[in-house]
Amino acid sequence: MGLLAACGGGGSSTQSPPPPPGNNVVALMVNGGPAPGVNYSDAAFTSVIVCAPGSSNCATVDGILVDTGSVGLRLLSSAIPSLSLPVLAGPGNTSYYNCVDFVDGTYLWGPVAQADIEMAGEKASGASFQLIENPTGFSVPTACSQGGVNLDTLNDLGANGILGVGNYPQDCGAACQNSTSPDVYFTCGASGPCSSSTITVAKQVTNPVVGFTTDNNGVIIEMQSVDGESATASGSMIFGIGTESNNALGSAKVYTLNDNGFFTADFNSQTLTESFIDSGSNGYFFPDASITQCPGNSIAPGFYCPANTVSLSAQNVGGNGATGTVNFSVDNAVNDFNNFSSDTAFANLAGPNGGTNCGNGSACGFDWGLPFFFGRNVFVSIDGQAVPSGAPAAPWWAY
Amino acid sequence: MKALIASLSVFVCLFPLQAYAALGGDAASVATDSAQMKASREVKQAAGYAVHQLTSESGTAVREYVSPSGNVFAVAWQGQFTPDMQQLLGSYFEQYSAAVKANKESHIGRRPLNLKLPGLVVQMNGYMRHYHFRAYLPQAVPAGVRQEEMQ
Repeated sequence: MGLLAACGGGGSSTQSPPPPPGNNVVALMVNGGPAPGVNYSDAAFTSVIVCAPGSSNCATVDGILVDTGSVGLRLLSSAIPSLSLPVLAGPGNTSYYNCVDFVDGTYLWGPVAQADIEMAGEKASGASFQLIENPTGFSVPTACSQGGVNLDTLNDLGANGILGVGNYPQDCGAACQNSTSPDVYFTCGASGPCSSSTITVAKQVTNPVVGFTTDNNGVIIEMQSVDGESATASGSMIFGIGTESNNALGSAKVYTLNDNGFFTADFNSQTLTESFIDSGSNGYFFPDASITQCPGNSIAPGFYCPANTVSLSAQNVGGNGATGTVNFSVDNAVNDFNNFSSDTAFANLAGPNGGTNCGNGSACGFDWGLPFFFGRNVFVSIDGQAVPSGAPAAPWWAY
Repeated sequence: MKALIASLSVFVCLFPLQAYAALGGDAASVATDSAQMKASREVKQAAGYAVHQLTSESGTAVREYVSPSGNVFAVAWQGQFTPDMQQLLGSYFEQYSAAVKANKESHIGRRPLNLKLPGLVVQMNGYMRHYHFRAYLPQAVPAGVRQEEMQ
């Protein structure tokens, strides 16, 4: 969407009350993010406190992207310049490094460090996370970079860090304990070289939520509704599902996931078997050959640009057979960004995903990005964790 | 995919410790590109092309599509972990890499990859748990092969 000034004004929104008080609630804000001169639209930010393990030597970092599509905390080392945190030592005189890829060919690289991670009244003690920083004295291994782009600066990331609160407890799991072949963990000498490495599950970059002593089975993301567009949008993230008076599953419908972390979305006579909900995607992304795409050299590359707003619906189908219809609209993204250039929350941003023809059993997906969260309470349960009585085994979504 | 697999029936063979060929390469490179990926390989014949399916040590499934004239006109992979992209994309790797960089610089925020470049289409879907990638050469796709067959 180009680099726009992030200031208030314009649009309209449904006001919602501030987040309910509670020792398991943190505030979320869609506000364009912390990067100067960058309007990171449809992205929800929060703050975290990181402390040297067991100490009161802490830093509060705001502008952290809340991402249900990844797992683990990743912080720009430049965002905590005065805080020294221990890096996880590997065999010999090496340190563990972590590499994760995103769907757009970008990646994050940096050492595995440990901290007490605190949010609201919750604390994950001695949790592994990723310090995002470019190595000095050696290069990022090609097994990590893969021809992609390193998001190692505030301007490139658009955030001071990413808080991955997806459906899994670690960013890799048993595969990285058993084999070096995932190329997610490396050991590096102080000035290189780096080698792909195994690492025990316990040392891997972890979903901070599973490290909490209570309220550790998932989160609820509750965002205010947005009517068209809005200067900002607020919400809250509540830790735990069915563990406190403020996080009951209630009447929310549960959609379980397959082994790859997907459910199915039926849309426009297409069965999209690789569908997911991702607060870190800043729009709805789905295949629809009938909607015009914005020009690549426009202010909104990668989004749809219909002449007029299009009203659509899809049906989500969980692995447990649960079904539910979702109605949504698609605006002309170029017009949205031009007409509401100071807004940061857009309810109707959408773009293409994969091929334009997903018939004949091909594997395609519906990526329900942040707009899906507007006006909903979305539950994210974490694989292997306890669930409320009567609910299916994790992992699942509920809303 | 099930329907497609059902129609692939001519021959199936297994080649342990074989790597895939690069996009735009020839079928011979499938055989010579060995050991790099520590992958098992299975070849299936479809109407108008052959699919070489490899499962890498990390569990990622890689498919390459070879035309009757022996040209690799498409590659695809799906799984949690990215395979060796330079190996997979071959001479198209630099074009891919430059396009990913330009794509990133054109906007802030994460969205599925959808690159339509001169002579090269690249698409990726999914999230950190499981990705689905494909790249193909539109000019080299044999007549009658549908886009959705390459995945």
